[in-house]
Amino acid sequence: MALLRNIFKGGAAVPHRKNTAQKETLKMNVPEKVIIPMLQHIGAPCEPLVKKGDTVKVGQIIGNSDKFVSAPVHSSVSGTVTNIVPVLFPGGMQVTSVEITTDGMQEVHESVKPISYSSNKELLEAIRQSGLVGLGGAGFPTHVKLSPPPDKPVDTLIINAAECEPYITSDYREIIENSGNIIGGINILKELLKVKNVYIGIEDNKPEAIKVMTHLAEKIDDIKVIKLRSRYPQGAEKMLIYSITGRKVPPGKLPLDVGVIVMNVNSVSFVSEYIKTGMPLIKKRVTVDGSAVKNPSNVEILIGTPLKDVFDFCGGFNSEVHKVLMGGPMMGIAQHSLNLPVMKYTNALLAFGKEETETGEESPCIRCGRCVYACPMNLMPLYINLHALKENIDELEKYKPNDCIECGSCSYVCPAKRHLVQSIRLAKAQLRKAAAK
Amino acid sequence: MGDSKLLVSSSPHLKDSSTTSRIMLDVVIALIPAAAFGAYFFGARVLLVILATVLSCVISEYIATKALGKKPTIGDLSAVVTGLLLALNLPSTIPLWIAAVGGVVAIVIVKQLFGGIGQNFMNPAMAARVFILISWPMQMTAWVLPDQSDAITSATPLSMLKLGESTLPGYKELFIGNIAGCIGETSVLALLIGAAYLFYRRVITPEIPLTFIGTVALFTWIFGGDGLFRGDFLYHILSGGLILAAFFMATDYSTSPMTLKGKIIMGVGCGIITSIIRLYTNYPEGVSFAILLMNIMVPLIDRYTIPRSFGGEKKVA
Ligand code: SF4
Ligand code: SF4
Repeated sequence: MALLRNIFKGGAAVPHRKNTAQKETLKMNVPEKVIIPMLQHIGAPCEPLVKKGDTVKVGQIIGNSDKFVSAPVHSSVSGTVTNIVPVLFPGGMQVTSVEITTDGMQEVHESVKPISYSSNKELLEAIRQSGLVGLGGAGFPTHVKLSPPPDKPVDTLIINAAECEPYITSDYREIIENSGNIIGGINILKELLKVKNVYIGIEDNKPEAIKVMTHLAEKIDDIKVIKLRSRYPQGAEKMLIYSITGRKVPPGKLPLDVGVIVMNVNSVSFVSEYIKTGMPLIKKRVTVDGSAVKNPSNVEILIGTPLKDVFDFCGGFNSEVHKVLMGGPMMGIAQHSLNLPVMKYTNALLAFGKEETETGEESPCIRCGRCVYACPMNLMPLYINLHALKENIDELEKYKPNDCIECGSCSYVCPAKRHLVQSIRLAKAQLRKAAAK
Repeated sequence: MGDSKLLVSSSPHLKDSSTTSRIMLDVVIALIPAAAFGAYFFGARVLLVILATVLSCVISEYIATKALGKKPTIGDLSAVVTGLLLALNLPSTIPLWIAAVGGVVAIVIVKQLFGGIGQNFMNPAMAARVFILISWPMQMTAWVLPDQSDAITSATPLSMLKLGESTLPGYKELFIGNIAGCIGETSVLALLIGAAYLFYRRVITPEIPLTFIGTVALFTWIFGGDGLFRGDFLYHILSGGLILAAFFMATDYSTSPMTLKGKIIMGVGCGIITSIIRLYTNYPEGVSFAILLMNIMVPLIDRYTIPRSFGGEKKVA
């Protein structure tokens, strides 16, 4: 285990609240119906390949796209397609979704069989076919990430197991329960990318995970486990790369530009499992927690399962629910309905009662500078806030809202409870609009 | 398909427990030792002065926000802080009505007319002090020595130093605060206790106070004596309200820069101006003017110290 030398500036000391760390993953039953959206990744949406009335089986491809930056979508159940409808997702986007009424048999589709490949090209194609996207919450198609252009040599692979968001323990549980798959996945990717260094980054609030991985990695050359400082947003790609390699990804650039690929630990593990079984991405470990959840748990859930069924599986709610989040409390997205489905990249579902959702009324900025100090990207959120609210485009540009990674640290520390991140998103939209003119 | 009960709001969905009023309360707490030392040395009248300024500030804030049609902000305690700071920057003999007028000036003119908390470009307490100094110079310089009857006036250590008097109080008196001066500026000890609390609570950061004091020390050491490098810099640090100003006034959020670089510019600027006023003008003390002058520069400093984004520090080819 190597020591960490690079400490990123700023960030926030968020509470950990890893209540479910010791909760072994429970397998959830097959729901009555699933809703599978055709867009569960960053990139082009898929076209449905099935129609109402079709019968489908587990692992059958039901949506695809001919665009490179996209990932196919599979059925997570066996049953009958009962509807193909647009569903409104948070953020206002309508996404065509396939509703399947399950038959409970979970019959596996004939296309599902162990993967054999004889070249990198075949491996990448197989990974595309698996439907894999970044499972840490970003949802970027994995085969795209693993296909660096020839002019951008990659020498380092970083496995992200920092898990810096409060509550979430799904990466942690993967390490505790499936560490063999993680090493298996690393070996496959190491071979594919021909990288010199592989690092597994884990925050120091998870000593057990560090122990497990260090023990396994010891036997293998070139894999190092890095103990990271528990400081939000340690798991943000740019901070993680800096902490581990000392390299800084310039604004507007990608990890590739500094020779690094970052993969979530669950994604890596999935690659190994997929090669062994051929079962595409149809299920997901999700941390279900929050003050309103009766039995906080880690649950293995079929993709497309309505949120309501998930919470019911965890004992239902013990108080009135006021807010439901997909993802962690710092970057997660508030859901407007419990009928929305679990997605490929869902890593947590949190439900909160009234108390936790009241974060204080917005009051005037007192220029305390805490947001500036907290910003790991060196921005000045208070000024972006000021100029975004005035729609002052010329001034906005100076404060580089587009470099914001929306980590939420600034809003978290603001004593005036200003909606800084929200206004930065507004600023980005204003700049986009201005540029389009 | 919406369940209208679910709250949809932007991330983050978690915020820490800090609030504006808690920060202001911390500043009040940090000023209590200085106020208490003031009352102990200069007598109970000090409490009346504090009451006059605080009440005047709070009432002015209430009326001003009402009149300007804004949300009432007295609950954030910032007016209490301004009142307390103003009192600590006045002599204990100040007529109470003048103290109260100072409070009105600070809140109505300097703070609220410029947009209220966070928007004013001059430190309200400092500006009000200078306003009183210019309007009623006699009353503002009617110093008394602690523990003596109000009739005997005295000079502050810095003005004695300026006049070349030989009966200067020693470092120890300066540190404890047993000297003539404004209510809250004399006891370095009490002020440092308060400052330590503010650091502990992370209400202020050390950049401005340390560069301010350091610059005054350096400058007065080099130029403050007969011949270069012979100035009594320790005397300059311990007297003339420098400690009060450096830790409690120059660090005022509304009127100090946001970035590390900006804060250093602010501290050094305050230090240089203070030293020049002290050494080369007829005013023995210079911190108020220095801070006000630098306050005016803050928007400019902030504009020219916008940091480069993470990863953009070095030019990439
Ligand atoms: S943290 Fe909030 S109050 Fe402080 S400067 Fe930033 S926006 Fe203003
Ligand atoms: S400005 Fe953006 S990057 Fe900086 S703290 Fe706020 S959300 Fe994070």
